[in-house]
Amino acid sequence: MIEFDHVSVTYPDAAAPVLRDVSLRIDEGELCLVVGATGVGKSTLLGAVNGLVPHFTGGHLAGEVRVAGLRTSEHPPRDLAHLVGVVGQDPLSGFVTDVVEDELAYTMEQLGIAPDVMRKRVEETLDLLGLAELRRRALHDLSGGQQQRVAIGAALTGHPKVLVLDEPTSALDPAAAEDVLAAITRIVHDLGVTVLLAEHRLERVVQYADRVIHLPGDGTAVCGDPAEIFESTSIAPPVVELGRLLGWSPLPMSIRDARRKAGPARDRLADLVPVPRVAAAPAGNVLSARDVVVRYGDTTAVRGIDLDLDGGTITALMGRNGSGKSSLLWAAHGAGRRQAGTVEAAGGVGLVPQTPADLLYLDTVRAELDTADREAKNDGTSARALLDRIAPGIGDDPHPRDLSEGQRLALVLAIQLRADPQVVLLDEPTRGLDYTAKRALRDVLHDLARRGHAVVVATHDVEFVAATADRVIVLGDGDIVADGPTAEVVVASPAFAPQVAKILAPLEFLTVESVEAALEQAAS
Amino acid sequence: MAWWVWAIGLGAAVSQTDNPLLLLVALAVLAYVVTARRTDAPWARGLKYYFALALIVVVLRVIFRSVFGGAIATHDHILFRLPQVPLPHWAADVQLGGQVSLENTVSAAADGMRLAVLLCCIGAANALANPRRALRVLPGALYELGVAVVVCMSVAPQLVESIGRVRRARRLRSAGKSGLRSLRAIAIPVVEDAFERSLRLAAAMDSRGYGRRGEVSARTRAVTTGFLLAGMAGLCAGAYGLLDRSTPALLGMPTMLAGGALCCVGLGLGGRRITTTRYRPDPWLAPEWLVAGCGLLAAGVLIGASATGVTDLAPSFSPLAWPSLPPVPTVAIVLAALPALVAPPPPVEQRPMRTGTTPARLSARATGVAA
Repeated sequence: MIEFDHVSVTYPDAAAPVLRDVSLRIDEGELCLVVGATGVGKSTLLGAVNGLVPHFTGGHLAGEVRVAGLRTSEHPPRDLAHLVGVVGQDPLSGFVTDVVEDELAYTMEQLGIAPDVMRKRVEETLDLLGLAELRRRALHDLSGGQQQRVAIGAALTGHPKVLVLDEPTSALDPAAAEDVLAAITRIVHDLGVTVLLAEHRLERVVQYADRVIHLPGDGTAVCGDPAEIFESTSIAPPVVELGRLLGWSPLPMSIRDARRKAGPARDRLADLVPVPRVAAAPAGNVLSARDVVVRYGDTTAVRGIDLDLDGGTITALMGRNGSGKSSLLWAAHGAGRRQAGTVEAAGGVGLVPQTPADLLYLDTVRAELDTADREAKNDGTSARALLDRIAPGIGDDPHPRDLSEGQRLALVLAIQLRADPQVVLLDEPTRGLDYTAKRALRDVLHDLARRGHAVVVATHDVEFVAATADRVIVLGDGDIVADGPTAEVVVASPAFAPQVAKILAPLEFLTVESVEAALEQAAS
Repeated sequence: MAWWVWAIGLGAAVSQTDNPLLLLVALAVLAYVVTARRTDAPWARGLKYYFALALIVVVLRVIFRSVFGGAIATHDHILFRLPQVPLPHWAADVQLGGQVSLENTVSAAADGMRLAVLLCCIGAANALANPRRALRVLPGALYELGVAVVVCMSVAPQLVESIGRVRRARRLRSAGKSGLRSLRAIAIPVVEDAFERSLRLAAAMDSRGYGRRGEVSARTRAVTTGFLLAGMAGLCAGAYGLLDRSTPALLGMPTMLAGGALCCVGLGLGGRRITTTRYRPDPWLAPEWLVAGCGLLAAGVLIGASATGVTDLAPSFSPLAWPSLPPVPTVAIVLAALPALVAPPPPVEQRPMRTGTTPARLSARATGVAA
């Protein structure tokens, strides 16, 4: 269905091609997963399928991409619209109309499909994706998961043979991601659509993949069976890493496969206790909020929450989209609105917002760092030194917009740390980060905690929480639903349990590393 | 669509008169209809900006007339004198500064008001009709323009949202700078954000088949463009000729008609290469006829009146006299307010109560482009 024939893509001003001599074939009806670290060319590969690369993005494409026999060099994206449906990472920025129903019909209008057929297909799609009750709602009012399903539906109504999805669940909470993935698998099974999917959160999607394309980072691509490809990839979901650690073959892709293989491992680990992270000595209370209320118009985002933070601890704030996580962070910082309640912070509060780039406006990294030094009213560690500690190797000259997602986060974190706040709040820092970047972020946060900072991370990423946080607070509808040590809170809820906990239940291991440490300890 | 016809009709009617009383009546009609029949949508709140723009137009017109002067009749009332700038003899017709008379000022104000009310007509149409729906009836040949318009319309409201987000984020960086630097700190992230969003939207539209065309030769395309350009030029010249009664008659109606005809040919040619269909096309029923009819009636009556020479349409400014309201045109314009009562009220959007959801300003989505 999709054929890449010796494809190389080079963007203008780039030293090396993004893709180098890629040849692969994806057959009809397959769900193919594209994996790779940030910046290795996943989006380029996906964009090449319908010709957005290079027709829209510029750059030079050597070789040939064929979709159902049509060459993308001869057909611009709009002429392939009946063959390829595309869903982006941020559905909202791709919506052309205002209302769900119109959005679903849009592609068909452009394809010139007869009105009676359109009516029928809109109804079918509404049912297929469970959108029937949303049909007349405004797209802006929908939740992230609903928007993503509408975007998928809108791509499907044109009856494409190929569906290309670029990180469809990155911005979603676990439950909404489940909905979207269920919709995708249903499409693959019922309609026989070929799906090409890129995703950072491998743990969510790897079990559905028939085939994996791995981009190791040097421009090449390896295509093959998931179990074989994951033998050697640099990034892998926890289920695969656990399989590698325990020497299972073939590697399990789903929790179910892994649990069936995990019997002996569970026995071996039964007597071992997870090695606790070397926690810093709690440095006493550094922030205490009482009865915080945040309202926007008629909606109450935070309903009278009490929050106490100790220095040296990392707290994860979880809960579905719109449960009040961001509002609580902003209210605790003091920059956001707060209708009632008090916040007392001993040594200053720093916040890294959801879109770190909002804080950056200068041309170079050095200018940003210098400004941060000037803005800070103390003579603490310079911002440059902080940045080098967090993420070594970022030069003075690059434009902040050219940094990778993880580097930009590090830059903003360094700027915010310059004022030496006792409390560091991070709003959704893991979005857009690959496994390597997340691991780096985790080490940075642990380091901050060791230095006595209290760290709060609002996130959907259960695996990150399991590996990072000491304490988890779950918010629901503006209230605290659960609050306790990570192991207790996370294992108690099926939606929030990390993969390793699910595989090894009832044992209380949360991460592959804790299993590894326990095994090493037992061996020595 | 019906609202656009209504507004254009009213606009055409207004362009026939510079009687300030009549113009005020038209303005009242516009304001009344808009407040009665607009929706909750973001574009529906734009009328006040048009009013502001209209005010600026009137003021500018008066200032220009004062500066560039005008013929002063002997019995005019002189308000004040501006210093006169001597000009070389080849510019003898132009006068800079000099005497400013009450009569000239009032006539400039009335003239400006006519243009201002015209602007408000467009504003009213914008407020009443969803611009995207209006765009749907845009002839196929203008598709390329359509991309730009759709992108603008989608990005504009998001721009407001992202300004709010960046300003909030600014508060996180300790120093509360003001002035030019803080403007830069807000403007740069917002503009970059808007730019990225526009690109992504344009890419999404492209991959969803916007602007697909059948097989057309480059020649047909060039011919279409040629017709459209010539037609547009004709329309513009014609509109100018119609509005400014001092130009030769040839520049008015005939040029306008010729331009319109050329445009139609171009659009027809261009439309043939587009193969799109409409999902649930907007119905055109009795209320639509009525709304459009009211506008057209006003236009018809005023054009007729001006052709038959009803004097009150263009009251005398020199000597200055208090204008009177001509009965028939007044009734016609007031009738244009009828849609406020007969047009169906905008459907109330179903918005089930969602508890515990943060409003849109908080759910600002990530802006980084995925790798």
